[in-house]
Amino acid sequence: MNWLNTLFILVTAFLAVFWEAAFNGVRHLIGTQIDLLPPLMVYASLCTGITTVAMLAILGGLWFDCLSANPLGVSVLPLFVIGLVIHIKRDLILRNEAFAQLVLGLAASAAAPVMTLLLVLTTHHTPLIGWGTLWQISVMSVGGAIATPLSFALFGWLNRTLVHHRATETSFRADREIRRGR
Amino acid sequence: MLRRPHYIALGLVVLLTLIILNLPSRTAARFKLGIGSVFLPLFGLASSAHQLAVAAGDTVMPRSELLKQLENVRQENQQLRIQAMQTEGAFRENTRLRQLLGWQHQTPWKLKLAKVVLREPSNWWRTVQIDLGSRDGLQVNQPVLTAEGLVGRVSSVGLTRSQVLLLGDPDCRVSAQVENEAHDSGIIGASGPLNSEFVQMGYLSGNASLKPGQSVRTSGNGGIYPPNIPIGTVVDSQTVEYGLATAARVKLAANLNALEEVWVMFR
Repeated sequence: MNWLNTLFILVTAFLAVFWEAAFNGVRHLIGTQIDLLPPLMVYASLCTGITTVAMLAILGGLWFDCLSANPLGVSVLPLFVIGLVIHIKRDLILRNEAFAQLVLGLAASAAAPVMTLLLVLTTHHTPLIGWGTLWQISVMSVGGAIATPLSFALFGWLNRTLVHHRATETSFRADREIRRGR
Repeated sequence: MLRRPHYIALGLVVLLTLIILNLPSRTAARFKLGIGSVFLPLFGLASSAHQLAVAAGDTVMPRSELLKQLENVRQENQQLRIQAMQTEGAFRENTRLRQLLGWQHQTPWKLKLAKVVLREPSNWWRTVQIDLGSRDGLQVNQPVLTAEGLVGRVSSVGLTRSQVLLLGDPDCRVSAQVENEAHDSGIIGASGPLNSEFVQMGYLSGNASLKPGQSVRTSGNGGIYPPNIPIGTVVDSQTVEYGLATAARVKLAANLNALEEVWVMFR
């Protein structure tokens, strides 16, 4: 497993959760805060192992819940279920295609708040839900869909820049080059 | 296709979630504060970034505009001083009359300024976090307000920061009174998921005489909020429960979307 990549994902999740709580530009603009953990989970489930997926779900979920009024731990399971489903089917997904990333981000960002709300309701809490929640989930889905290809681009760049890649050997040999001339 | 590592990971995550969700509320709150403390270094960073943005805005502001604002603030300050003198006189008179009548002594509000450091990241609660905690003497259920009106109450207290439940959150209910002849009383409840400017006032009597623009204040019942803190104004009302009760929509006096500093009330 590439531990540096796992570290990048966890640090990004940490910063993303803090951004969601500290900066309200998006909320003021469209009335809803976008959740960046589902797009990160899509990336983690397609490009890393099940351990990273589990770590992202546990740490990301707990960080999110401790800055929120959510019952502690309620965001962990929805994130992990999304990650697990994508991870199982990842051999069938064209992960480098931007459209596939967009669709997965859309689905994951819609599923995560719905599952979290269902879990919150089962813990005897009363969240603020109504017809407006449909608008909020739609906005979160679109926001998450846009953020998913961006997260792939960000981690791709980080991997190219900071992770050591073994040079690939080619079959070219200078002493066997056929020089053509007249 | 699920393989063995998948089953192990799924089992571990489900087990962990069940354990955390079933923790006693006090332990869960402690865990929350403990895990939340990892964000402490970022609070300073965010506050510095905010100050930098404000400083950049100040440098762009022309001097003439600043002088104009200063003059306005001076005039406002003088008016407020005169008002404070009048209020002080009225308060002394009130205290004297209360002593003569043998009523309970009314203590003035003690307030402490707090900065809003974080907002609720999820969309189904209405909370903020402030930079005062138990080391500043904060306790659960202290009222929180701005100069415009009531904001909410402290719901959990950490060492250096606390969570404030805002008006409109389903868990933040306030006993309120409408300023009309009948002094109709009701309960301020939840707002809609999208619009945090308006809240519902329920449990009003079926024959309540509500009119748009009437002021709504805390009634003092319930033991958390003292009486006469402004909450907002009535926008409209309708009879509910087959005419047995009335529900009103109240526009909040404080702008909950633009909270930067709030006052915590100590009693």
